[in-house]
Amino acid sequence: MKTIKVLIVTIMCILLVSSPEIMAQTEKKPVSKGKTSHSETTKPKTSSQTVASDLKGAKEGIWGEWMKPVGKLEFYTLPYPYDALEPAIDKMTVEIHYERHHRGYFDKMQKAVSGTDAAEKNLLEIFSNMDKFPDAVRNNSGGFFNHALYWDNLTPKKQEPSRQMIELIEKSFGNYDSFVKKFDEAAANRFGSGWAWLAVDIKSGELFITSTANQDNPLMSIAERRGIPLLALDVWEHAYYLKYQNKRTDYINSFWSVVNWPVVEARYNQFKSIMEKVK
Amino acid sequence: MKFEFPELPYAYDALEPHIDKQTMELHYTKHHKGYFDKFTAAIQGTELESKSLEEIFSNISKAPAAVRNNGGGYYNHSLFWKVLSPNGGGDPTGPIAEAINTQFNSFAEFQKKFDEAAANRFGSGWAWLCVKKDNSLSICSSPNQDNPLMDVHDCQGQPILGLDVWEHAYYLKYQNRRPEYISAFWKLVNWDQVNENYKNARR
Repeated sequence: MKTIKVLIVTIMCILLVSSPEIMAQTEKKPVSKGKTSHSETTKPKTSSQTVASDLKGAKEGIWGEWMKPVGKLEFYTLPYPYDALEPAIDKMTVEIHYERHHRGYFDKMQKAVSGTDAAEKNLLEIFSNMDKFPDAVRNNSGGFFNHALYWDNLTPKKQEPSRQMIELIEKSFGNYDSFVKKFDEAAANRFGSGWAWLAVDIKSGELFITSTANQDNPLMSIAERRGIPLLALDVWEHAYYLKYQNKRTDYINSFWSVVNWPVVEARYNQFKSIMEKVK
Repeated sequence: MKFEFPELPYAYDALEPHIDKQTMELHYTKHHKGYFDKFTAAIQGTELESKSLEEIFSNISKAPAAVRNNGGGYYNHSLFWKVLSPNGGGDPTGPIAEAINTQFNSFAEFQKKFDEAAANRFGSGWAWLCVKKDNSLSICSSPNQDNPLMDVHDCQGQPILGLDVWEHAYYLKYQNRRPEYISAFWKLVNWDQVNENYKNARR
């Protein structure tokens, strides 16, 4: 019985990998055959489930999840259906981005830390000592974490920044428009693959905008300017190419219509709780 | 030096089914053309205007990022289109076949190494077959639009075969399956052109 099950899963994997058409048409079913069942953790939430439940890890706020040893982390659950961000981000992009890219980083991260000291450390500890770990840990732990931040800071429900958020932004960037302009530039000018960030400076507590290459992030000890990320924008081509092709700026403009400001603000309100942990 | 935007040596759909028409069209008219335009804008009115690409690359560490990124993008894609052909693929022929067999034991072993270089380049970049100063061959990869002619590169040489592994080169057709795109590439390699490049690269 078990053999047949494994066989079916294997065939499904082959079908999914070999044909984008089939991939697009097939109902979303868990295709992993790892030691734990991911059927619950990988299934995206349906529309009826609330997006507000993004704020997970009650004990240590939104950062609680990241305090677990990497080896014990489970794959991230997408907090909305694949088509929820339409038309800003299309269904197929979200599906492939989450199921293939994000999932791939998670699996490769687990493979890279398996049997090493890194498996016992949490992501913040790893990022704070990034130069001491191999590239496979850097690339894949970054990829896993960054995408989780990204999905969390997007929402199908149009959100506006609160008064507190606006004031913080005005304090650092003059006004909201110059903040957006600066963020857009960081995202557009990151050459190749990478991310744009709004972050809180680890030393001064000020907001700043930066971009990182590939799957690096501002928490990493190797970052140009270190900070706690509040808002993440993926500018790898895989994040937008199916819908926007070479027009990255159109994707960046659409991004603003799906930003989850309450999540950004919650990250800000709790940044102090992790400042000490990443220094 | 007068820089020109090269013509694509075949139609957009010529490399189907391995590289699809829409990808070719966007890649050539948007990405490649974009690099060319930005490169010429970046060197306009500077001393670099009178230099060859090779000269510019050999001192790229002293040039602005716009020259490095767009000059690289212009050169790399120009080489890439030429080493592909609708009539390409198959085993290498001529002197490059001999050199590959001598240095890598077999075409299969060479391909395996090249595939690894292309698959393991994290993020955006290129995989290369180069001729080094001692005329030996080397396989390497570079990030973004860098190439082995640039003085910033740890693998120095004259590129004679290049493979674009930016996601824009394959995402519409292959999405996250970069290895499938790499396999398809071998069905298109224009070995006559690689031989020509090999001849010109040797000293």
